[in-house]
Amino acid sequence: MRLLHYWRATIGIVGRELLRFLHQRERFVSALVRPLVWLFVFAAGFRAALGIAIAPPYETYILYEVYITPGLLGMILLFNGMQSSLSMVYDREMGSMRMLMVCPLPRWFLLCSKLIAGTAVGVLQSYAFLGIAWLYDIQAPLMGYVWILPALVLAGMMLGALGLLLSSFIKQLENFAGVMNFVIFPLFFMSTALYPLWKIKESSEILHTLAQYNPFSQAVELIRFALYEQFNQQALLFTVAAFLLFMGAAILGYNPSKGMMVKKGGGGD
Amino acid sequence: MTEIALAVENLSFAYGAKKALDAVSFKVQPGECTILLGPNGAGKSTLFSLITRLYDAREGRIELCRFDLKKQSLQALARLGVVFQQTTLDPDLSVTQNLRYHAALHGIGRKAADKRIQEELERLAMFERRGEKVRQLNGGHKRRVEIARALLHKPSLLLLDEPTVGLDMPSRQAIVSHVHDLVSQQNLAVLWATHLIDEIAADDSLIVLHKGQVKASGKLSEILQSTGWADPGQVFQKLTQGSQA
Repeated sequence: MRLLHYWRATIGIVGRELLRFLHQRERFVSALVRPLVWLFVFAAGFRAALGIAIAPPYETYILYEVYITPGLLGMILLFNGMQSSLSMVYDREMGSMRMLMVCPLPRWFLLCSKLIAGTAVGVLQSYAFLGIAWLYDIQAPLMGYVWILPALVLAGMMLGALGLLLSSFIKQLENFAGVMNFVIFPLFFMSTALYPLWKIKESSEILHTLAQYNPFSQAVELIRFALYEQFNQQALLFTVAAFLLFMGAAILGYNPSKGMMVKKGGGGD
Repeated sequence: MTEIALAVENLSFAYGAKKALDAVSFKVQPGECTILLGPNGAGKSTLFSLITRLYDAREGRIELCRFDLKKQSLQALARLGVVFQQTTLDPDLSVTQNLRYHAALHGIGRKAADKRIQEELERLAMFERRGEKVRQLNGGHKRRVEIARALLHKPSLLLLDEPTVGLDMPSRQAIVSHVHDLVSQQNLAVLWATHLIDEIAADDSLIVLHKGQVKASGKLSEILQSTGWADPGQVFQKLTQGSQA
């Protein structure tokens, strides 16, 4: 009986998120515009300037657009994870998050369900982007589009968990813009999304170390290898570890006894 | 033994050094509408946050239908229906979609949920508007939908946090009347936070909260009799005098 309750609640939360997504077409379009601008404008412009050597998982020389595509998938998931947590902050300010927290289900379960719902949206956006990239002649092996699914799910969960963790620290929506700048940009630019590690090493040893241990880099590499039907064990382990760490901290952050919400308060009277 | 819908015992809570609630105790019985009256900053929202378990109280205890909110939170919360001060419906979803979402969170299957949705919306004369997006409803109708939602899972205790703020007089009267009907006809326990004196009915119970402390509690008629004050407005004024900005 309890399991049925959990199942219905999960379906309800995921279904609501997908319905909202379908109703907000502009959200879908804007989520795609960002990586497409990077692909069509940034990558096209840098194609001549940047030479990419042969490195796994690639078996031949590749265009910069091909290299950057997994990074842009990571970008979609990163922004989606942050947008999900932005909606959590908004929901909490507007009260609908309180409605969720009042239902008779454990807090950790509600957070996991929200995470699954947000990830489902991010994965749909990623496949839409891959479809457009295909038309732009950036094509991976056919089975790569199947291999990539678990990688996208895991990367989406890890980045969504980071978003959840951040949302537990933020009381008001206004504070979120600053955190976005301090989190999204460093994560994205200090990663292998735009340049391979060896290229980063050429310019800065410190940047290379930061990029190497950046969880976003690992998620991007997991996606990159999966898209070419290969398995990157280190990236998988690193991404799973980061997910567990972020999720554990987020659950603690939303704990009614110990969480940040207690310390920050929420009284409106 | 009389069943208690809500028992709050010696509840204290502080945000850092700032004390928001100080040894608050009261009970709410089934078939009783209890008005929680207090000026801004009295601690009403903090009290609601604790009863809905947004936070846990470090001191004191809350029981819902004899379930300890901290130790048996899932059983306790299953018996609670809430209407928050701010609208918590999703404006982009229809009335039915919003209510189905709430039903799913309470583990109610689709068929049973649709039946309950019809019952509650019909009672509030909102069934014809079930397919409309919440965004298209006026404030009074949104409140009705929120009340229907709070009652979907048949709670024993209904919490209302200033549900009539910002509504016109006919909408306010309709909600006040509907809630009092629920209390008398369904034996529902209601805790209604407000600062609008005219929403209090003669047979309601009253809790006056001021600076985090309960200044008076009991049946309104008994409070008036024991103090000699004329009406709830005077009770409120006398007990919270000097606090208003």
